[in-house]
Amino acid sequence: MLHSTIAKLAAALEQKQISSEELTRGYLERCKQFNDGLNCFITITEEQALNQAREADKRRANNQAGKLTGIPVAQKDIFCTRSVKTSCGSKMLDNFIAPYNATVIEKMNAEGMVMLGKTNMDEFAMGSSNETSFYGPVKNPWDQARVPGGSSGGSASAVAARLCPAASGTDTGGSIRQPAALCGITGLKPTYGRVSRYGMIAFASSLDQGGPMTQTAEDAALLMNVMAGFDERDSTSADKPVDDYTANLDASIEGLKIGLPTQYFDDALDSNVARQIELAIKELEKLGAKCQQIDLPNTELSIPAYYVVAPAECSSNLSRFDGVRFGYRCEDPKDLSDLYCRSRSEGFGKEVKRRIMIGTYVLSAGYYDAYYLQAQKIRHLIRDDFTRAFEEVDVIAGPTATSPAFKLNEKLDDPVSMYLSDIYTVSVNLAGLPALSLPAGFCDGLPVGLQLIGQYFDEARLLNIGHRFQQATDWHKQVPTEYS
Amino acid sequence: MSLDKSEIEKIAWLARLDIEQQDIDNFSQELTGILDLVEQMNNVNTDHISPLAHPLDIAARLREDKVTETNQRENFQEHAPATEDGYYLVPRVIE
Repeated sequence: MLHSTIAKLAAALEQKQISSEELTRGYLERCKQFNDGLNCFITITEEQALNQAREADKRRANNQAGKLTGIPVAQKDIFCTRSVKTSCGSKMLDNFIAPYNATVIEKMNAEGMVMLGKTNMDEFAMGSSNETSFYGPVKNPWDQARVPGGSSGGSASAVAARLCPAASGTDTGGSIRQPAALCGITGLKPTYGRVSRYGMIAFASSLDQGGPMTQTAEDAALLMNVMAGFDERDSTSADKPVDDYTANLDASIEGLKIGLPTQYFDDALDSNVARQIELAIKELEKLGAKCQQIDLPNTELSIPAYYVVAPAECSSNLSRFDGVRFGYRCEDPKDLSDLYCRSRSEGFGKEVKRRIMIGTYVLSAGYYDAYYLQAQKIRHLIRDDFTRAFEEVDVIAGPTATSPAFKLNEKLDDPVSMYLSDIYTVSVNLAGLPALSLPAGFCDGLPVGLQLIGQYFDEARLLNIGHRFQQATDWHKQVPTEYS
Repeated sequence: MSLDKSEIEKIAWLARLDIEQQDIDNFSQELTGILDLVEQMNNVNTDHISPLAHPLDIAARLREDKVTETNQRENFQEHAPATEDGYYLVPRVIE
């Protein structure tokens, strides 16, 4: 039962085969059993979870249950939770208890879902390996010597090892999709503005987007039905009606036009990953899709543009951490500037400092035009590439990551090599598009992810393709032996 | 593009970060590496391209100018490092 999808768990709850309390106890047991090895949770909220589960069971007994009432989930520790620590993976917020809930948390609470705990992540979501967390690296359940990807690595690892049936993540440059790919689960980065950013600790505000991390596309659709929607507390929330993401899951994909960007099958791509992706695309063709080559000529520029825009926004967002109102404060500051400088230097880890420094530099007097303005112009070129491509095709397919999970410490001291591994994911954030990563095979026992990129607000179509693909394949059903 | 010691110190000060003397070389190397990566943008002619501040062409929403939040000072100050009489405490600024 504890390996089931949330679709199946919801049916079992509805038919009263199991109570939410029993389910919650089962997952909490697994969390406690395996967290020492995997380190995917920063906080396990046992007591609150059991209270929420009992509430959910009452709601069900009173016939007031929603579709996902009583389903346990894990929340990335970037979403503010009232009365539970929200650390964002940083020493800076190690003592922070948010005074309010993020909208995503409020929506899941309103549905009656049960929070099992808060998952580990790269510090302030800055990283592609989960090694920058103040709480230590998360391990990949497929090989504990390897990274789970990042920044939502705790969520990905927890879902892959079935410590929770589903989890939330956030994606600024690939932070949902890349760990989903490296851990063999399904992850959706929605269109910018589709899921509220209120109470989601900001990294790069024009790129950040929350979304579901699940076993299947169907589960992602179920969670999106809870998470998505307009929120007046988020100034960039999309004021558009929300689809029922489950309505068209079963629709045929006969005649679907898929674009394969030549730039996504370049030298940077591991040849074994390339083979798996080609096989996955053949599978989509068997289901009736038609593939054609497309050109996204400015792909290569997405890395430099991203590594200007994201640090620039991060340096201004993280200026709020000053040791005055909340978070870490240094001991015995001798004056105000000592308070600021030492609180920040002691509170932030190395990668966060690197990015704040880069962001501060590119925004400093005399450099703005050369860096930030140029990056924003290139962002325009990248979006235009996608706009042109979508005149010819319905969706774009390719790999999510350049390689399967790499080894812990392999890239930690080489930021540039770490950044280059984001090549297939960052342009999607720069353009604000939705994209889905699906389990699509293995290389030497390590999962590979297929990425599908859609047009604005076309999440339902991506999930439909994902669901059809998962009915024809069983990659998403694989669980690492130790956790099966 | 390469950043020397004085530039690293200047950026650190702007960012209100203390960088230890022994870490300056390391930072200088890493930041230089990142800026080299970013340099390839400069080979692109963008004279007639407008900057894209937001991926979707939306405008900021307006709302009526009225107070919608309740006063939660005590709630907010509960987790502040140091407060007194409803104020946040910082080291003395004016002698």
